[in-house]
Amino acid sequence: MNRYNRHIILSEIGSEGQYKLNNAKVLVIGAGGLGCPVLQYLAAAGIGTLGIIDFDIVSESNLQRQILFGDSSLGINKAIAAKKRLEDLNTSISIHAYPENLNHKNSVSLFKEYDIIVDGTDNFKTRYLVSDACIITKKPLVYAGIYKFEGQVSVFNYKNGPSYRCLFPNPPREEEIPNCSEIGVLGVLPGIIGSLQANEVIKIILNLGKILSGKVLYYNSLNHQSNLIKVSRSEKEIQKVIDLAGIFENLDEGIRCKVKNNNITLKEALTKKNIQWIDVRNDTDQIINYPEIIQIPFEYLEQNLHKIDKNKEQVVFCHAGIMSKKAVTILQKHQIEDSFSLKNGAFEVMDYFKNK
Amino acid sequence: MMITIRYFGLLAEVTGCTSEKINFSGTTIFDVKEVLFQKYKTLKNKDFQVAQNNELNTDKTKITSTEIALLPPFAGG
Repeated sequence: MNRYNRHIILSEIGSEGQYKLNNAKVLVIGAGGLGCPVLQYLAAAGIGTLGIIDFDIVSESNLQRQILFGDSSLGINKAIAAKKRLEDLNTSISIHAYPENLNHKNSVSLFKEYDIIVDGTDNFKTRYLVSDACIITKKPLVYAGIYKFEGQVSVFNYKNGPSYRCLFPNPPREEEIPNCSEIGVLGVLPGIIGSLQANEVIKIILNLGKILSGKVLYYNSLNHQSNLIKVSRSEKEIQKVIDLAGIFENLDEGIRCKVKNNNITLKEALTKKNIQWIDVRNDTDQIINYPEIIQIPFEYLEQNLHKIDKNKEQVVFCHAGIMSKKAVTILQKHQIEDSFSLKNGAFEVMDYFKNK
Repeated sequence: MMITIRYFGLLAEVTGCTSEKINFSGTTIFDVKEVLFQKYKTLKNKDFQVAQNNELNTDKTKITSTEIALLPPFAGG
């Protein structure tokens, strides 16, 4: 145990603490800028079982910050290259490399095999997937994200604390926030932020100090400003994810089906309860004047989203079902997901309301 | 009253500053956002949360402090 001597002589850790580290199982999602320092410190600390999942291969532009890799790793899968480096760093731990994509299908069964999940991904789609799978499997999530010279860190799902969705309920409307490969990042920044993540992992295992739960840390490496922002648990947001548990593994396909099905007939529309009808025709000479219908001309739709009652299912119509289709795409982009385009357009709606 | 608004991540690029003081006469977080949307047209297309006195708030929260922060999610890793 000479390897861990500097841990063991700390009264806060001791042999007992080191034993806990040696028996812990930690899964790191993404072996990139954040994943590399996390993995390096966790392997050195003697975390007994480390999982690494990454589908990507090492490229030259990664070497400026992804410190587990060198020229000899170029072209090799990141999970495999990281495992090779870490096995040299510490031969006494077991390391599992998963050179594949994380998706709704494989995440739940994979997460169940570990105690703590670390998010080192680089896009919102995977971040929400990781967060949701952690809620479903009840695993603490050590989260971080970076932007140029700034980072944010938090621990989610820890002892009934908040989740990522309590902080940011929905993914951004567009992937408008570019990632490091598009805008650049200071190489040392993920080193700082990833080290904070590794520190939280070790604190959770050792039950040491104050865990960064219920708070998100914003850190700016240019001016050393750091802000701890309090985040409360939102039962509503967490319950929404738990409700998906039964169908979670099929969710990728589910989302695709939903997009296909939002072009509907009047008959299908009328099977829905609590409908809000939206007339998006630009010419207003034929207004159908009923309290259930609101008029928002297509060209003003995005400016008038606040007029839409999001608790209702939206049935959008125009003259012939073309503009309404585009309108539904816009609504869904703004998280108004239960919106449908009426295939046959306004004349059917007019008929229906007249004979109602 | 004068309130200080702090911008993080790409929001500082939208506004051209990391913090500023504005003269504010409304009552809620929603009102603060409206003022800022008027001032910075493209801010409306960005996703962020608002904190007051280092605590996350909703649109309906009343303004009781002079320290407001606009917090975007970071995707990078």
